[in-house]
Amino acid sequence: MFRSFLGGIHPHDGKELAKDKPIQVMPAPKELVVPMSQHIGAPCTPCVKAGDLVKRGQLIGTSPAFMHADIHAPVSGKVIRIEERPHSGRISCPAVVIENDGEDSWADGLPLERDWRAMTNEEILNAIQSAGIVGMGGATFPAHIKLKPSKPVDILILNGAECEPYLTADYRLMLESPAQVVEGIQILARVLGVKRSVIGIEDNKPEAIDALKKACAGIGIEVATLKTKYPQGAEKMLIKVLADREVPMGGLPMDVGAVVQNIGTVAAIADAVVRGVPLTERIMTVSGDAIAEPKNLRVRIGTKYSAAIAFCGGFKEEPDKLLAGGPMMGMAQFTDEVPVMKGSSGILALTRRLTEHGPEMNCIRCGRCVKACPMGLVPSMLSILSQRQDFAACRDSYGLMNCVECGCCTYICPAKRNIVQYIRNAKGFVRAEMARAKAKEAPAKKEGAKA
Amino acid sequence: MSEYTISSSPHIRDGETIPGIMWRVNAALLPAAAFAVWWFGVPALINMVVGVIFAVASEYIWQRAMHQPVTAFDGSACITGLLLAMSMSPVLPPYMVAIGSVLAIVVVKQSMGGLGFNIFNPAHIGRAALMVSWPVAMTTWTKMQDMSAGVDAMTSATPLNILKLQGYDALLSTFGGQANLYWNMFIGTRNGSLGETSTVLLLLGGLYLIGKGYVNWVVPVVMIGTVGLLTFVFGPAGFFTGDPLFHMMAGGLMLGAFFMATDMVTIPMTVKGQVIFAIGAGAITVLIRLVGGYPEGVCYSILLMNALTPLIDRFTKPRIFGAGGDK
Repeated sequence: MFRSFLGGIHPHDGKELAKDKPIQVMPAPKELVVPMSQHIGAPCTPCVKAGDLVKRGQLIGTSPAFMHADIHAPVSGKVIRIEERPHSGRISCPAVVIENDGEDSWADGLPLERDWRAMTNEEILNAIQSAGIVGMGGATFPAHIKLKPSKPVDILILNGAECEPYLTADYRLMLESPAQVVEGIQILARVLGVKRSVIGIEDNKPEAIDALKKACAGIGIEVATLKTKYPQGAEKMLIKVLADREVPMGGLPMDVGAVVQNIGTVAAIADAVVRGVPLTERIMTVSGDAIAEPKNLRVRIGTKYSAAIAFCGGFKEEPDKLLAGGPMMGMAQFTDEVPVMKGSSGILALTRRLTEHGPEMNCIRCGRCVKACPMGLVPSMLSILSQRQDFAACRDSYGLMNCVECGCCTYICPAKRNIVQYIRNAKGFVRAEMARAKAKEAPAKKEGAKA
Repeated sequence: MSEYTISSSPHIRDGETIPGIMWRVNAALLPAAAFAVWWFGVPALINMVVGVIFAVASEYIWQRAMHQPVTAFDGSACITGLLLAMSMSPVLPPYMVAIGSVLAIVVVKQSMGGLGFNIFNPAHIGRAALMVSWPVAMTTWTKMQDMSAGVDAMTSATPLNILKLQGYDALLSTFGGQANLYWNMFIGTRNGSLGETSTVLLLLGGLYLIGKGYVNWVVPVVMIGTVGLLTFVFGPAGFFTGDPLFHMMAGGLMLGAFFMATDMVTIPMTVKGQVIFAIGAGAITVLIRLVGGYPEGVCYSILLMNALTPLIDRFTKPRIFGAGGDK
């Protein structure tokens, strides 16, 4: 049975470029740049200094804040510098620069062999936390926090949709290591105490569906076939499709008793719990029509994009855009000096042929964006109101803050309007206003308390 | 300096463009326009060419004069000129068509902000303005052979004129029976505005637009259906005695329902809103035809519903995901 949700689009998926390329291990480069912010939450502070020798898996960055994920050395070697470096999500960020000694020697006691079934839930959660695991689909939410929901949950949803065009990393992982994925799911299901675990995979990946069905046979994990439609892998869409529940406006999946994890995250969790190894590498797709040999790579965190691209034969054509992530929600990069991070699902280099579109024109109210919006918004009105700087109307009358920025509206717009950009702009203003209002309120309250 | 282009996501776009949509709508009008040239002769061709040229030229001149990017050749001005000519008599003096085109583009479209910002369908306002300015010329039709058997006379009345002034029986006898009436209405061999007569060719163009996804089938089906239903219910000899088939093919309904009531710019954006729009347009058409002073009401009904469109849009916003209520 194919399941679906309202709205969505069908872009050319470009997956044929890398879909049949087995995951290749990319040797760790000579220099690795490990940013101290690779997750949602407080950035880490380095706990090593220039000149220190580090081992692979050794803690190099942490934070006293609740919302953070620890960061570990991806190779053994010497810390040569701690300085601001380009960052794929925030222009630049302090990073620990490590010179690889080529030994790849692990930190003391790693990796280990243990049976997770003999571990307590707390031990498992500690293992996940100390491995620094975050949501690897790109959202980079610290996994150990998501796994301690403050509300009862009864369903675990595994995101194998990989609905972003061009990306094939999750697909290859499901195909090549189904046992590891399943083990991770079993661990999570036990920790969360859920009744139901479902893996959702789009129907354009029949081989992955078969592989996981085989691996899940007889152990009570469902494999659900999803209709191929972007953004099938969006958290809220997945929950709607697989559990028929709607996350309320402004709510979280746990509000409807669900936890969603990405396939890559699940595999990393299995590694962290069973082998005790921190997150120091990930699987990512290097693709796009400008890449000479598109590949799926097992690559160390901290590898520069330039090195990964060189490993894939470099550019065969001049790229117009270099993207961190997929073409629908990924971020355009201004330099290939940015390093791979925990949330880097792909590096795409696209030529002008794919990225160019005509000039922006007026909205002709064709309604294609309204039809495509999975959140039930009216993107055209949001974009027009944002252009008029009527941000209050965006927020109050048109549900601005519900936008998930999936990009369907902008993709489908015949007037080539940068709708998502206008919406982001409006959101920025609304958030800034909320922050100002809060700041105003806070001192007033304090004074009131004194009086 | 960056080596790469930086912009907000998404980074890939669908191939559809505004000129693509607009030129295909023009193409969908071509069969009916070609038929008009065959049926009404050279005057029809002249009026359509004049309508298009003046619409495109006035848009071009306006945009140059206002230092705006020139989009006069995106096909939308061409549609306006073509639709305007097609919705009026073939024997209308060409200079009136030209004035209508300029009014439609400059007053209705450009002064509101250009494509996308006009509230009313430009071609229909152009037509309404001419109707007010030259009522006689606007209701003077081609002289053609009376089709009733055995009568060798000339008539210059449209089928709806005959119905309004002489009644349904006169209409039947003019066309020589019901079957003949339907056949001529379907093929288009009848009097009327130059582009509105051929039901079959307008349907063909409409189906193409529906297939392309530019038109939601709901709009023409609901509008034409509403007209059929209401004209049947409120028949000349009491309830349920009307001739819905005639009314559905008469006047400018086919042209209006497929090409004017579906003009994206001036109709609601959600399907729910479009259904309300189509029901309203159909009902007002019938009201004018059966009760009003004019024989035909498609143009005014669509204009009135255009005026309600912002309101309809406001009350038919989609349900936001996670907002509760009906799923």
